[in-house]
Amino acid sequence: MRRAHALLPLVGIAILLTIWSLVTFLRLVDPVLLPSPLATFRTLWEGMYSGKLGVDFARTVIRTITSTAIAAVIAIPLGIVLGSSEKIYRSVEFLIDFFRSTPASAMFPLFLVLFGVGDRTKISVAAFGAALVILFNVAYGVMNARKTRLLAAKVMGASRARVLFDVMLRESLPQTFVGLRNGVSLALVIIVVAEMFIGSTDGLGQRVFEAQQLFDMPAMYAAIFAAGALGYSLNLIFLVIERRFVHWAGR
Amino acid sequence: MSSAVPNWPTSARDESHRTAPHVTIRGLCKGYTDAVIYENFDFDIPRGKLISVFGPNGCGKSTLINMIAGLVPMDAGEVLFDGRPISKVKFGYVFQNYREALFPWLRAFDNIAYPLKLVGVPKAERERRVERLVAHLGVKVDLSLYPYHLSGGQQQLVSIMRALIVEPEILFLDEPFSALDYEMTLFMREQLQRVFVETATTMVLVSHDLEEAVYLSDYVLLLSRHPARVVEFVKFDAPRPRTDRTMSDPGFVATKAHCLQLFQHEVHRG
Repeated sequence: MRRAHALLPLVGIAILLTIWSLVTFLRLVDPVLLPSPLATFRTLWEGMYSGKLGVDFARTVIRTITSTAIAAVIAIPLGIVLGSSEKIYRSVEFLIDFFRSTPASAMFPLFLVLFGVGDRTKISVAAFGAALVILFNVAYGVMNARKTRLLAAKVMGASRARVLFDVMLRESLPQTFVGLRNGVSLALVIIVVAEMFIGSTDGLGQRVFEAQQLFDMPAMYAAIFAAGALGYSLNLIFLVIERRFVHWAGR
Repeated sequence: MSSAVPNWPTSARDESHRTAPHVTIRGLCKGYTDAVIYENFDFDIPRGKLISVFGPNGCGKSTLINMIAGLVPMDAGEVLFDGRPISKVKFGYVFQNYREALFPWLRAFDNIAYPLKLVGVPKAERERRVERLVAHLGVKVDLSLYPYHLSGGQQQLVSIMRALIVEPEILFLDEPFSALDYEMTLFMREQLQRVFVETATTMVLVSHDLEEAVYLSDYVLLLSRHPARVVEFVKFDAPRPRTDRTMSDPGFVATKAHCLQLFQHEVHRG
């Protein structure tokens, strides 16, 4: 019974593959627009292991991770500072919310002027977007630290620095991880868009765009699936790290 | 902590030390925007006794111990522990909300040891002292678990042990059992009584349960409606350990009835 339960997620995949196979088998859609699952996954497999797709995948991973790392290094300490004083946070809250709501893609021209055509622009726009998401979450995590817990530490004689490091930081970790997961997802979106349109020669976005231009549909679907797998895996990796390091979250 | 002043003639000092009040509260004032809670409040807390603070809702029971413990500032007045301010005193504080008072990222054992870590006690010594306290109190809880894997009562027991690990001279408890079910409350009363008998620490317990207040205490401090004054400092000297039988003892019944009458009078007066 339990084993049957664990297999449930496969049902949806099976249904999708069945419909897709039927559609291509019965030629309900032009085979040029929609290749068979087999052809798509063969292209994906070959591309990842011996072709250019693997290289593009790696480039996108590096850009996404780099921009998220830069964002985290800047936003986490800043978020702690902002969150530890409600007055400071309230005074910059509008700016954070405003730029958080600004589509990061609207910043491309500005960053192009600043950094030129190249990796620096892509990575800095993605880092900019991710940093605001992380900043906002870290600051909220610190601000919403349980008052009783802070009081308990104070009663035991903890100094302000001890309260910050032993209690506030730990208290903010669950929310920090929410920020990191959202941040990495946003960074991936921005990187893929940048790879498509900002004079790029590699990366998954470039691969999807190029395949579409060449009307190489199996390659395009393969690149889309590779991007999907990347996004899903990044989220999963952060979830696993979170479960390990923030075992108390939600309990 | 008589060893702190070794030059004094021990017998003379011990004599005065034992009879003098532990905590002296003088001229305490506290007001919120809508009400004056304390106005020139004077009170002495006796040494080595367990006292309960009981009174009508909103009379400032918790505010009183929070001000004594330095968690809430007073508007005016002075609280001294054998002549010293709270900042010079080792004390313990047990919160009603154990779930939020414990640190969920630390195992129960490390939660108990944390106050020692704060004052720089080395790891080996911390472990030795926690184990000694566990053995001393006869606690049977798996302390290698994280707090969220323990029952409510066990978590509160861990909180109490965390408060006791520094060997405080006074322990404050703010409605420590009111978030527990009745069965667990009865069990925890026994645990607290045992801690008190074993350590003879001065304890100040805020309670909203008169039965509990009388059962556990040497004295019940009955407060009036705000501005709070002492209605009566009721003594209850049934021998310890007290048991279920204590609760049907005529002395207990009479004391509880007396307190209830005073309480009702206070409630209806306002």
